[in-house]
Amino acid sequence: MKIYLPTPLRPYADKRSVVDAPGATIAEAMRSLTNQYPDLKGYIYSDDGNVRGFVNIYLNDEDVRYLPAKMNSPLHDSDTLTIMPSIAGGSNR
Amino acid sequence: MQGQLKLKAARVLCVGAGGLGSPLAMYLAAAGVGTLGIVDFDVVDASNLHRQVIHFTQDVGRPKLASAEEKVHGINPNVTVRKFETRLTSANALEIFKDFHVVVDGTDNFPTRYLINDACVLSGKPNVYGSIFRFEGQASIFAAPKTTAQEAGPCYRCVYPEPPPPGMVPSCAEGGVLGILPGLVGLIQATETIKLITGLGEPLIGRLLLVDALAMRFREMKLRKNPDCPICGTNRTITKLIDYERFCGLGATAGRPEKSTEKPDTMPNALPEMTVEELKSKLDAKENLFVLDVREPHEYQICNLGDYGAKLIPMGDVQKRQQELDPEQHIVVHCRSGVRSAKVVDFLRQQGFEKVQNLAGGILAWADRIDKTMPKY
Repeated sequence: MKIYLPTPLRPYADKRSVVDAPGATIAEAMRSLTNQYPDLKGYIYSDDGNVRGFVNIYLNDEDVRYLPAKMNSPLHDSDTLTIMPSIAGGSNR
Repeated sequence: MQGQLKLKAARVLCVGAGGLGSPLAMYLAAAGVGTLGIVDFDVVDASNLHRQVIHFTQDVGRPKLASAEEKVHGINPNVTVRKFETRLTSANALEIFKDFHVVVDGTDNFPTRYLINDACVLSGKPNVYGSIFRFEGQASIFAAPKTTAQEAGPCYRCVYPEPPPPGMVPSCAEGGVLGILPGLVGLIQATETIKLITGLGEPLIGRLLLVDALAMRFREMKLRKNPDCPICGTNRTITKLIDYERFCGLGATAGRPEKSTEKPDTMPNALPEMTVEELKSKLDAKENLFVLDVREPHEYQICNLGDYGAKLIPMGDVQKRQQELDPEQHIVVHCRSGVRSAKVVDFLRQQGFEKVQNLAGGILAWADRIDKTMPKY
């Protein structure tokens, strides 16, 4: 299972843009990711364990929030996960 | 001809005449958009020129609005330019938006992005969105109203219900910005604006386009309208514009030091600060003062206060290298413009450092007011 990390998250994951994270469900793969890179946990999850409101997780091109089983959705080898936080840059620095 | 007439009749509002707004305004002018509104209150700085291509070297020091208007008219004198030399606020947004058909978000901070979204939803206007971070960009059309051709589209809040807390907003200055990226994303916004006006093609509604300039890969994610969205869902709890600085955890009311932009003139004064003039006179008087530079090494290479003994510890390393600092010593923290150093001052004060101050305006202020030979970036 490949998880794509955007630029803002890479400092927490050894500057990697793609991480292999095995798991039968999205939640398992995400756990594998945060076990490999514990610094990511605080960025992605709030203290109550929920995914933060400015972070979206996509299974292929679908927002996980709108999948019937959400984080418990099953994964196949060909699937990719993408974590996408909101970014605001534009006109200034 | 019919499309050209639609463009001529169109009124487009561009919020921001910076990195995204520059290419956007130039190409919309060239395309023949009839009325172009521009909201900006900033002044052109030499450090803008590598990406804010509507402004030229000779414009440094001029208001961005005057500079942008001149270029727009140089490209197409038939464009009516409406200038709004102000910060977009909850008090003026709906009034400014009311005469325009399409609003383009070319801003650089979360409070203004939520403000633009909400004002677009409340006034029923599409929000052509683009944003960048280092080598990546995002683009979409939010808050597209229902038409005969399409259902109403998701809004920015549907996709990102909450902004990141101030401490988790990554700063572009930490890693630099690829100057061409706002050009790329700004032209995606211009393309979508023209498509909305002319009705051509498939608009980027309900889709988030992700641009990775390093891999040169474009990906697309599906966006859905959130039925529980507080401003465009079925049970709306937001029915008018709110305090967006507060919503984003910024400003005095929320007790956070960070502001939404890196502009020195918007720095908060809640934290203990020192001006560059005060710092210079204390350093000249050989006062026992420790200067801490929290920028990145590549920034330090451009200019630094090393001659005054400044020590470099990048912001991200301050926590783990905290033992290198003496809590008893008087410390002045600086970065490029004062935003990152304010965060560090806040952090160190929480750690029990009592004699720590932020250098207002950062090393840019030093270059402007103390050492004019110092290179700026």
